[in-house]
Amino acid sequence: MIEAVGLTKRYGDKTAVHNLSFQVRPGMVTGFLGPNGSGKSTTMRMILGLDNPTSGRVTIAGRPYRELPNAPRLVGALLDAKAVHGGRSARNHLLCLAQMSGIPARRVDEVLGVVGLQDVAKRRSKGFSLGMGQRLGIAAALLGDPQVLLFDEPVNGLDPEGILWVRNLMRALAAEGRTVFVSSHLMSEMALTADHLIVIGRGQLLADMSVKDFISANSADFARVRTPDTEPQQREKLTSALTEAGAHVLPEPDGALRVTGLPLPRISDIAHEAGVRLWELSPHQASLEEAYMRMTQGVVDYRSTVDQREGLMAPPQPGAQPPLPVPGQGQPGWYPPPPPGAGGAPYAPPQPGPYGTPPAHPAHPAAPPVNPYAQPAPRPTADQGAAEPGAAQDRTAQERPAQDRPAAAPAAAQPSAARTDTEDAR
Amino acid sequence: MSTPQPPLPQTAPAPPCPGYTSPIPVVRTHLGHAIAAEWTKMRSVRSTMWTLGVFVLLTIGVGLLPALVVVGTDTDLSSGENPLGTGAFGLLVGSVCLITLGVLTMSSEYGTGMIRTTMTACPNRGRVLAAKSIVFFAVAFVVSLVAITLVSLADVALLEGHGARQPTGAEWLKGTVGVSLFVALLGLLSLCVGSLLRHSAGAITVMIGVMLAPLVLALFMFSRALEGVREFLFEYSLPSQFFVFYGAALDEKGPSGWDPLWIVLGLTAAGYAAAHLLLHKRDV
Repeated sequence: MIEAVGLTKRYGDKTAVHNLSFQVRPGMVTGFLGPNGSGKSTTMRMILGLDNPTSGRVTIAGRPYRELPNAPRLVGALLDAKAVHGGRSARNHLLCLAQMSGIPARRVDEVLGVVGLQDVAKRRSKGFSLGMGQRLGIAAALLGDPQVLLFDEPVNGLDPEGILWVRNLMRALAAEGRTVFVSSHLMSEMALTADHLIVIGRGQLLADMSVKDFISANSADFARVRTPDTEPQQREKLTSALTEAGAHVLPEPDGALRVTGLPLPRISDIAHEAGVRLWELSPHQASLEEAYMRMTQGVVDYRSTVDQREGLMAPPQPGAQPPLPVPGQGQPGWYPPPPPGAGGAPYAPPQPGPYGTPPAHPAHPAAPPVNPYAQPAPRPTADQGAAEPGAAQDRTAQERPAQDRPAAAPAAAQPSAARTDTEDAR
Repeated sequence: MSTPQPPLPQTAPAPPCPGYTSPIPVVRTHLGHAIAAEWTKMRSVRSTMWTLGVFVLLTIGVGLLPALVVVGTDTDLSSGENPLGTGAFGLLVGSVCLITLGVLTMSSEYGTGMIRTTMTACPNRGRVLAAKSIVFFAVAFVVSLVAITLVSLADVALLEGHGARQPTGAEWLKGTVGVSLFVALLGLLSLCVGSLLRHSAGAITVMIGVMLAPLVLALFMFSRALEGVREFLFEYSLPSQFFVFYGAALDEKGPSGWDPLWIVLGLTAAGYAAAHLLLHKRDV
């Protein structure tokens, strides 16, 4: 169990981490997400006692790291795979770490076997590839057979086999009852590995909830609809028909339509009634990446832009087609529509508690009782939280960011308008 | 657990970290573990072997040169010369290697990032510094002692028929154990400077500056008004203190006997205290 209370770190006048409070519980993999420079590594370093917090504290099993009697036997960490002396062989590197905490030397050969480096154990780590270095770092973390494991970007540079291995390793470690805290920028990987998420941005807590809740709270499922490319008027027709039926329709760069607020069968019916043929009607499940992008888009510090190559480009040939823009490159608003009820707030946290109680829905008796498309995404509402006994904690954690940000309240204060869009979908 | 915990509906507060318990027995760590680890670190990098190898070569090679010249040219030393002094110059030149090794022992960990791994494996930072200091000092002292003893024995044997007298027991002690302690302490001071500056090249430059600057500065102080400063610099510069062990200081009024050892010991103690304090205060 890792517990941070009011953790704050300032470097000069720059605040890297501000008033961060969270708990990392044993028995599950907790993902630690945030944009570059959001304070993830600083937080990890404070957990390991490498940096002293400006205020607040972080404890492992109730004690600050530097006061643990034999820290490596309780906590194993991979912070930076390159944090080794390149002139030392892999085995000697691990051996000196083992000696430092009184771990028998045969454990070194054991972990070398676990990470698959036994054949290069005698080689100097200077010649290691990125992935081999990463494996050595993981070996160092596993050396003390600890109860708590911290990994900062563990799959960085690993081959697909290694990524799969790390994923299974994390899950196996958590299944043994250990506390596993992993930071990563690979959302697809996190979606497969983590059970719980802690998301920070600009050093502040944005979310502390289960992966499932996080996705449903921050992104909505939608339907992709494509009308025949040859007949643009059909597209117009469908758009107006769907909008009339209460859907929210967004054009996609490739000519398809993105429809939220209506279940797939209903879209099909409406198209049929309007006499519009469909080339595509596909459900789109919201991914962790989309949810993450939506939540953090307001707190990204280092944002890439389109390379203009100004003055270097030849003048376009008359009549030449400009290249189709790549989705996501310099196109704000490409990412998926806001979650139900969150309105247009850039990173609105879920609206639990007093705001989250949904109104009774007598106004929508026509809503289909069972909806295979919209059903998997549960609503972040209070009554749902009460239904699951274990969700009580998540809910309190969700409330925290909401209190920090009064800006989220207006979005919550007008739920009826935003909500009616989605009620049909349910 | 004595510390108050916020109420957690899911986890029982009784075990500090419920769930997994390792089958490997947990031992209480002490300085001995850290010393074993630092010894492994020191012997497992090539730079240690290279630096110590060059040190031994310089100490023995340069140390034997004057005696070989005397023998080769068949000149006689002025009678009553301490033959141990002729070998000292090699150790003085070689001490640059010990300075380098001392600095690298600490600062290479900062250069490679290894320090974060080390401090995670042993969060007791004072223990890390102590273990490094003990291991380095022991290695530096033993290697210096062996090298300078070999040189001294050879010098005494070579110069026996060339007017040199037999050194006394006290001279033997000062000329071997004394100078070895002196250069090993210089190396330890470098280790502390390396810990303070966290930068290999910077720390080596500072230490070589500390070695040579007073002497060089003194050489260029022609003014009468600076006579006192000039003399002080001459007497207390590290190279002239080094030759005090052979009773051949550049100036007779300065430190004598075992004084240089106490002076360097004081310097090193101050450097160690500063390194210890900063290591605790700073972020790794």
